Amino acid sequence: MSKRGVLFSIFGLTVAWQIAAMLVQRDILPAPWDVFLVFVDELDNGLAAHFLYSLWRVTAGMALSVLVAAPAGLLIGGWKRLDRIFSPIIYVLYPIPKVVFVPVVLLFLGIGDTAKITLIFLILFFQIIVLVRDQAAGLPPQLIQSLRSLGAGRRALFRFVYLPASLPAILTALRQSIGTAVAVLYIAELFATKYGLGYYIYYNGSTLFNYPAMYAGVVAMSLLGLGMYYAVDWAERRLCKWKFVS
Amino acid sequence: MIHVHSLTFGYPHAGLIFQDFNWKVERGEAWAILGSSGCGKTTLLYLLAGLRFPTKGVIEIDGETLKRPRPRTGLILQDYGLLPWATVRENAGLGLQVRNFYGADGKHTPLNFQPEKDVEYWLTKLGLVEVANKYPSQISGGQRQRTAIARTLSLSPDLLLMDEPFSSLDAVTREDLQNLTLTLCKEQNLTLVIVTHAIEEAIALGSKILLLDSPPRIFENPKAGEAGHRNSREYRELRESLWKEMRSEK
Repeated sequence: MSKRGVLFSIFGLTVAWQIAAMLVQRDILPAPWDVFLVFVDELDNGLAAHFLYSLWRVTAGMALSVLVAAPAGLLIGGWKRLDRIFSPIIYVLYPIPKVVFVPVVLLFLGIGDTAKITLIFLILFFQIIVLVRDQAAGLPPQLIQSLRSLGAGRRALFRFVYLPASLPAILTALRQSIGTAVAVLYIAELFATKYGLGYYIYYNGSTLFNYPAMYAGVVAMSLLGLGMYYAVDWAERRLCKWKFVS
Repeated sequence: MIHVHSLTFGYPHAGLIFQDFNWKVERGEAWAILGSSGCGKTTLLYLLAGLRFPTKGVIEIDGETLKRPRPRTGLILQDYGLLPWATVRENAGLGLQVRNFYGADGKHTPLNFQPEKDVEYWLTKLGLVEVANKYPSQISGGQRQRTAIARTLSLSPDLLLMDEPFSSLDAVTREDLQNLTLTLCKEQNLTLVIVTHAIEEAIALGSKILLLDSPPRIFENPKAGEAGHRNSREYRELRESLWKEMRSEK
């Protein structure tokens, strides 16, 4: 993703927003400049803290899902016996929209961060495990045989083949999941919390009717998602250099 | 060096490929295994590499029954088996990395193995220093095959198994690498078993040629590797005779 392309997109969207605001002429759609001024002002009045709460929750959910789903996907993809046992279970659970578990997770895990992080984890877990499993299972057999002929047993195969081969899949899964994770974060932060961008947006929009502040929250949430995209891109360029050579 | 006793092997639902097959290879010999597609050439190589196991019979290498990949056997495959995410230097050092990972356990790594990471000798010898920091996708097919050879030879094997290693290369690179293989085998006193479907390659590399048809037959080719052999009368006669044998099989 080129920086120039992103800047052009932001510019184009801002122009469209400005035109829409001029056409609508209602409080519910303030002009981007007004929102920008409120955004800057609100940063010192709590928006930055809400942003950090949300960042923590989504980062923790992502980290947890990578730490659990990536090794599980590697084991299932690299070990046919495990694949036969676990793949049918994953296939049954994967298509269920995890958002429906919001009330259940809140009931079981309470009102703290654990429930919110668990929801993000649940969504990312399945995306990562499926992609990593497919990647590990789809490795060319000649590559595996070649390594085995060098003396590699199962442990060395995981270390030298399955793990590095699955890194792009992990990062692709993360990239694909960021949008969903941020959306779930919003829903999760509507309940039983006073911190987080979800709470901030809802509180300003539905309780205080402070629309410029509400949009400032939306902008902050967009920046959170965009920042995470860039973080994954950065990680991919660092960890998968071979994908970017000509 | 290699002793195959009464080997029987087949894949499930595909019938037997080998039945009561016997074969003997002495240390330092260069063998080419020739045959049409599906005759079991690659399967035999995988059996010798310890990656497949006989249904019946025994394969002995250096007097020991083969039960798993043997640390002193090197295998080079047609598509090189290089890791796309590792540079040429990292790929060449992969075998050493695997051995360092396990340590001298006698199972994955020879008991007398000393931790070693330096593959510069082989990179230099195989002309890979200039591309050492490139990835496999950035180098030519010949350089990829040289990298695979460097990776295998850095483990000091005594037996080199090659599965159609030069088939996807152009004629000049192929001949260049065939000569390099013979030179290295002589220098390192390696026993060579190369699988090929090309008669010319079998005659160029194998001082003995095993034609895998029914029954398998052995052809002597003592001048393989000598200068001018490819233009000699013996070369042409052997090629003619192998050609006839393979045609009659079809």
